Amino acid sequence: MAAKKSSGSALVSPSNLVNRDEALAYYRDMLLIRRFEERAGQLYGMGLIAGFCHLYIGQEAVVVGMQAAQKPGDQVITGYRDHGHMLACGMSPREIMAELTGRIGGSSRGKGGSMHMFSKEANFYGGHGIVGAQVALGTGLALANRYRGNESVSVAYFGDGAANQGQVYESFNMASLWKLPVVYVIENNQYAMGTSVARASAETELFKRGISFEIVGEEVDGMDVLAVRKAAERALEHARSGKGPFLLEMKTYRYRGHSMSDPAKYRPKDEPKQVRDTRDPIEHMRHYGLEHGLFTEEDLKAIDRDVKEIVADAADFAQTSPEPDPSELMRHIYVEA
Amino acid sequence: MSIEILMPALSPTMEEGTLAKWLVQVGDTVKSGDVIAEIETDKATMEVETIDEGVVEALLVEAGSQGVKVNTPIARISSDEVATTSASAPPPVAPAPVMAPAPSAAPASVVLVDPEVPPGTPMVKVTLRDALRDAMAEEMRRDPDVFLMGEEVGQYQGAYKVSRGLLEEFGDRRVIDTPITEHGFAGMGVGAAMAGLKPIVEFMTMNFAMQAIDHIINSAAKVHYMSGGQISAPIVFRGPNGAASRVGAQHSHDYSSWYGNVPGLKVIAPYDAADAKGLLKAAIRDPNPVVFLEHELLYGIEFDVPEGDDWVVPIGKAKVRREGTDLTITAHSRMVGFALQAAEELAALGISAEVIDLRTLRPLDTETVIASVKKTNRLVTAEEGWGPMGVGAEVIACVIDGAFDWLDAPPLRVHQKDTPLPYAANLEKLSLPNAADIVAAARAVTNR
Ligand SMILES: Cc1ncc(C[n+]2csc(CCOP(=O)(O)OP(=O)(O)O)c2C)c(N)n1
Ligand SMILES: [Mg+2]
Repeated sequence: MAAKKSSGSALVSPSNLVNRDEALAYYRDMLLIRRFEERAGQLYGMGLIAGFCHLYIGQEAVVVGMQAAQKPGDQVITGYRDHGHMLACGMSPREIMAELTGRIGGSSRGKGGSMHMFSKEANFYGGHGIVGAQVALGTGLALANRYRGNESVSVAYFGDGAANQGQVYESFNMASLWKLPVVYVIENNQYAMGTSVARASAETELFKRGISFEIVGEEVDGMDVLAVRKAAERALEHARSGKGPFLLEMKTYRYRGHSMSDPAKYRPKDEPKQVRDTRDPIEHMRHYGLEHGLFTEEDLKAIDRDVKEIVADAADFAQTSPEPDPSELMRHIYVEA
Repeated sequence: MSIEILMPALSPTMEEGTLAKWLVQVGDTVKSGDVIAEIETDKATMEVETIDEGVVEALLVEAGSQGVKVNTPIARISSDEVATTSASAPPPVAPAPVMAPAPSAAPASVVLVDPEVPPGTPMVKVTLRDALRDAMAEEMRRDPDVFLMGEEVGQYQGAYKVSRGLLEEFGDRRVIDTPITEHGFAGMGVGAAMAGLKPIVEFMTMNFAMQAIDHIINSAAKVHYMSGGQISAPIVFRGPNGAASRVGAQHSHDYSSWYGNVPGLKVIAPYDAADAKGLLKAAIRDPNPVVFLEHELLYGIEFDVPEGDDWVVPIGKAKVRREGTDLTITAHSRMVGFALQAAEELAALGISAEVIDLRTLRPLDTETVIASVKKTNRLVTAEEGWGPMGVGAEVIACVIDGAFDWLDAPPLRVHQKDTPLPYAANLEKLSLPNAADIVAAARAVTNR
């Protein structure tokens, strides 16, 4: 069987046991993404961020859980909804926020913007605005790993909408044929702009999309960071050990509109609230940790304060970092020999 | 300590909006993520979420207020322990300049009567967006073989609301929402056209047509020739082309010269709503594949459009938008607005510019351009895309060919700088061509 649905809530399984430090770290990393994105939305409203700006609010457990299972050297690549991935990769909130405001302190020196950010240092390969492109690119990162004979795995994230692009399947075929070390992560947040999965996909169980390429697929509760981590460990181990690609379908949800200019009229009005009230990944971690005595309210308060300060600092930096010098316009078109 | 909540912008070009409804009252406790109000513009309704926590102290703007300026305080929240560093929104230190909205069809002082509009035709004010919709709707009523296909064209009413109302009128047999699969549905469109239907394929933006460019060129443009005239592909590929506002390198591409290079395609890039409507109707009726390049920053602008459903503008004819004697400026799409603005500024300097709106890039109306240059003896070309191998290069080559002896100065090209489009506000401005660039080029070719 090449695809499976993970059974029930992974939280009760003893193999999910998590220690205090890990629990605090996951809570903190998810909260940082949440607060960072809320602030980005606010700066957008103030006209300091422009163009398209796609927030990751609601999906935080996916990148935090994946990152928890990765090893140094593993590469990450995704689409335009990329702020959370960069924070999870360890890029500094300052350089991400300053890129959003188009300032020289940004990770791409203000030249990329929200959809196009990269960090060689953090092994983050973008930040791509063309839906589906990152899947072929991410498979190419895996090809490089295989070519060099190193131990690294490439993690390629894409959306439920992107999962319909042809190049995804061209990549699946080659990755499986050549047993490339890549983990494909479909972030199924149920909508591609205004189109629900059911209106765009003949097979709505997206973890089955690899079956005809012999790619193992698994459905994961993407609102539960521990379930994500557990699945990620299996998938990464599979890819790293030379068995070829692995496909994870993360069931998740975006709370906000597709981008800042999308009023999200296409979904039931109370749907976001309902998900938020019942499946919120941060609340989930919070309850789990308190219930299992992993941390106390005091611990969390300290983290809340910490995160607030980091985000405030990033926002300050993003507004005070100057615009790029005009000479930046003609730089980096070609690699200077 | 209290925190002010400011009127947010829904888009970079929004300046004001209506505060439609409050969802909280004074005294309510709110937390980060709670929806507190609904705001509206002509395009969208959006919920305002607070990112702060505390008790609503005051609602500063009444529900139903129109014309509330972005960044006006709309509510006050008192907060206790969150009164730390990050709670209140600091005023923007150095607001990144937002790109100015497209200039409206600044009527030139020398207003030409469009020779194609029969005298006495009543005109109506229509946005370019709605003119395109009207063209599609009229042609769909006229010909049952015409249908529309693309991402978000139906239920969402178009990513830029161009297809608003079409699903309701024509149903989902003729207004088809596709998955995000440009290469596939463009090819299917060509296939359906080969079978005799007349598809309109909308790309959310032309940037994404790059996924499908193989079918546009290898299938649509060549099939008539390769089949020795047996099979044709009467299809329209349309969508916004070129730079929008601050959307960066991968969403700002101008493909005018790319498609203009291909035999078998017709390529149209209108400026105003009357041309957009009349040319789109012509494109849909044309038996050949047509690439129809729109401009997002023109969608919301109102222009005069002749009333009625029989307004069709011929493909392949440029339009003299302003007469002049000292130099000729050619432009298409949004650059026409800048060319007209430049002509106005040049007039103030005593330089009389003739502005030609190319409208169709393939076949190019070289006759009109050459006739103009024979009169003015000088030429500036303006386009939004890159210069090398571009539309301006082609126009100049045609003029060298047809009016070399009439030229009194080497022609000049105005175009985007030779860079991917940067995101930073200041760099984006530097990269994109504008009216000032056209004025400078015009002064250079006229030596004034
Ligand atoms: C090739 C291409 N087609 C269309 C678009 C416009 N577009 C941007 S995001 C998007 C929806 C993608 O949805 P999904 O893959 O589910 O990711 P999500 O936004 O939900 O994270 C669309 C249609 C694009 N950027 N690239
Ligand atoms: Mg999605």
